[in-house]
Amino acid sequence: MEKLICVCGHENPAGTKLCGKCGRPLTEEAKESKIVDMKYDGAAIRSKTRNKSIVDKVWNFFSSVKVGIALIIINLVAASIGTIFPQEFYISVSTEAEKAAYYEDTYGSIGKLYYELGLSDVYNAWWFQILVGMLAISIIVASIDRGIPLHRSLKNQRVKRHESFMKRQRVVAEGPVANGDPAQTLNMIEEKMKSLKYKVRRDGNALLAERGRFSRYGPYINHCGLIIFLAAVMLRLVPGFYVDESMWVREGEVRAVPGMEGYFIENEAFILELHDNEKTENQELQGVNAVAKNFQTNAKLYKQAEDAVPGQTDNLELVKEYSIRVNHPLQYEGYSFYQMDFRMNELSVMNFQLTNKETGEALGPVSIDLTNPQDEYIINEQAKVELLGYYPDFSGFENGEPQTLTPTPNNPAFIFKMTTPEHPDGEVSFVAIQQTIEPNGDNEYKMAFQGVETRNMSGLTVHKDSSIPLLAVGGAIFMIGVAIGSYWNHRRLWVEQLEDGTIRLAAHTNKNWFGMKKDLDAVSEYAKLPKYLDQSEEIEEKEGDSAL
Amino acid sequence: MDKKKKRSITRGVVLIVLLAAIVYTVYTSATKEKVEVLQVGDKAPDFELVDLYEGDLKHRLSDYEGKGIFLNFWGTWCKPCKKEMPAMSNQYAIYKDQGVEVLAVNIAQSEFEVKRFIESLDVHFPVAIDQTKSVMTAYNVDLLPATILINPEGNVEKIITGEMSEQQIASYMESIKPEQE
Repeated sequence: MEKLICVCGHENPAGTKLCGKCGRPLTEEAKESKIVDMKYDGAAIRSKTRNKSIVDKVWNFFSSVKVGIALIIINLVAASIGTIFPQEFYISVSTEAEKAAYYEDTYGSIGKLYYELGLSDVYNAWWFQILVGMLAISIIVASIDRGIPLHRSLKNQRVKRHESFMKRQRVVAEGPVANGDPAQTLNMIEEKMKSLKYKVRRDGNALLAERGRFSRYGPYINHCGLIIFLAAVMLRLVPGFYVDESMWVREGEVRAVPGMEGYFIENEAFILELHDNEKTENQELQGVNAVAKNFQTNAKLYKQAEDAVPGQTDNLELVKEYSIRVNHPLQYEGYSFYQMDFRMNELSVMNFQLTNKETGEALGPVSIDLTNPQDEYIINEQAKVELLGYYPDFSGFENGEPQTLTPTPNNPAFIFKMTTPEHPDGEVSFVAIQQTIEPNGDNEYKMAFQGVETRNMSGLTVHKDSSIPLLAVGGAIFMIGVAIGSYWNHRRLWVEQLEDGTIRLAAHTNKNWFGMKKDLDAVSEYAKLPKYLDQSEEIEEKEGDSAL
Repeated sequence: MDKKKKRSITRGVVLIVLLAAIVYTVYTSATKEKVEVLQVGDKAPDFELVDLYEGDLKHRLSDYEGKGIFLNFWGTWCKPCKKEMPAMSNQYAIYKDQGVEVLAVNIAQSEFEVKRFIESLDVHFPVAIDQTKSVMTAYNVDLLPATILINPEGNVEKIITGEMSEQQIASYMESIKPEQE
C-alpha cells in the first residue's frame, strides 16, 4: 500500500488528509484550504484507501454516504406506497386466490399490480427485505469504515501540532501575552481549562485541552442500536421466537392452543356486559343501541404432562386460571391470550316434550345436549325416545338422506323414534326448526319443542414475542447514541508557546461554536491571551463582499 | 502487506455474514407458511387417540412403527370425505394383511354423530375423535379431507388434500406398504 510520509517522519495511510502525528495537511486540497476539513480528524476513510478487489468494491459501495441516503429514501418510498391500499392482514380473506381477487375487484388493475408486486404485504416482500438488509449493511459498513479510523486518530492524538494545522483551524490566535509572566501562561491555561472540566495534556511548550470526546462516538452508538433493533426483527422469523395465532373456543370446550405445543385452553364462560344507560344524543345519531362495558372470557390454561403426545386428554394439569378482558390478557411463560372476538348464543341444548297430538298429554321431557347427543332418552318404563340421526346444520335432503352443511348447530335437525304405550314399536319423525316430516304417515305423538339453551364462543389470539426485550435494548441504545451525539460536543484547544514567549492557539469543536467561544473567552481573559479570530466569519464576509 | 490481506479478509467476512443474514431472512419469511405446515420427509408427530368403539384401545402412532399409516382427517359435514370412505374401507381390507393401517380421525364431533355416520356407510376401519383438535393442530390440517401417508420409518411420505379415488387410495397404500421379508 502506498504510504504518505509526512515531513515530520510519520507514516500515514494513503487517503489521509491531515498527518496523524503533527496535523500537517497532506493533500493539495488541504494545503490550499484556509480551514481544514476536520471530519474524522483528517484520518483516511478506509474505503478511500484502496479500491482493487471485488470485496473492496462492494465494501466501498456500501460505505458511501450517498448510497446510504439513497437506500433510506428508497425504503421510505416503498414503505409509504405500502400504505396506499390496506395490507393483507387487514382484509378478511384467507387464501392466496381470494386475496388476489380482493385487490383486483376492489382497486382494479392497479390493485392487481399492487398485489403482484407484493406491496399488499410489503414487510414480507422479498425485495423489501433485501432493501432493508442493504440499508443494514450500509449502516454497518459505513460505521466500521469511519468509526475505526476516527477512533484511532482520536486515541493517538499528539499534543503538539504543526503550525500549518493550527493556522488552518477555524478559530485561531497568535500574539504575545498581554501582560503578566509569559512563563506562567501555559500553567494558567491548564488551570483554567481544568476548571472548565477539560482534560489537559502538556508536551514541552505545547498544550492540548479536550472535553467531551465521547460525543464523537454518538452516531456509532446509535447505529449499533439500529442494528440490534433490526436483528431483533429478524429473530422473529426464528421458530419459537414469535407466535401470532387466533382461535375460537366455545363455552365448555377444551382446545389445543395453536403455536403453544402441549397446552390447552378451556372456556368456562364468555361474558358481555353493556352499559345500562339511556341512549345519549351521540348514540342516537350513530344508531348505536348499547355500548359494551366488558368483554370477558373466564379461561383455564392446562398443560399436558411432559411426555404426553397430541390427542391425549388425561393428565392435564391446570397451570393458570384467569378472566381475560380487553387489555388484560392471560399471560403465561411469555405467551399472552387476548380477548379479540366473540359470538353469542349458539345453540347447545334443545328441550322437547313427548306429547300426544290429540289430547295434548305430555309423557315427559327430553333434553338433548347438542355437544353430546345420546342414542336414547328413557322417559319411563313404557316411553322412550331413540335418536336415529342428528344433523347440526341441516341443509336439505340428498337421495332421501338429511345433509349437514357444517358441524355447527346453526339449524339442528333430528330423526326421532318415539316409543309410547300405544306404539311399542315406535313412531318415526324427522324434526327440524319449523319443519316436521312423518315418513310413515300420521303419528300419534310428537316431540313438542320447549326451548333452547345457548352458549357463547370466544375468539382469542395467542401472542408471543421474545424479541421485545431485544427491541427495547436496541431502541434504548439508539436513543442514548442520539443524545450523546446531540447534547455533548467535542471541544479542543491547542496551544503552543513559541521561543519568544508568544502564544499560538487554535480551537475546534464538532458543534456548538458558541460554547467553545465562551470557554475561549474565559481562558483568554484569565491567562491574558491574544484575541482569537474566527476565520469562517472572515471568509463569509469576503464572500459576501464579492457577491455585492 | 500482511495487514492489507488481513483487512480484506475481515471485510469479506463481515460482508458474507451480513449477506447470509439477509438470505436467511428472505428465505425463512418466504417459506414461513411451509415451515409451519408439516412437510413431506418430516418425522410424523406422535399422537394418541382413543378408539371410537373400544375405550381401552388407544391408537398411538409410535406403536405402529414398521407399518404404513394411512391417516385420514374428516368430518360428517364434508361430502368428499364421505365419498372416499367406502373406497378406503375396500382397500384397507386388501392392505391390512400387508402391514398398512388406516386411522380415520374425526374433528371434534360428538360420538353420536360419528358412530351414526360410520354405521350408515358400513365402512370398516379404525376411527377416533380428536376431541381437542390437538392432533389436527399438530398436523396443521386446515381443509378436509386431508390424508397423511406415513411410511414404516415414521416419516411423512405424502400429504393429500381433497377427495381421492379408489385407484389413488390403492396406489397410496401400495406406496407405504412395508417391504416383505
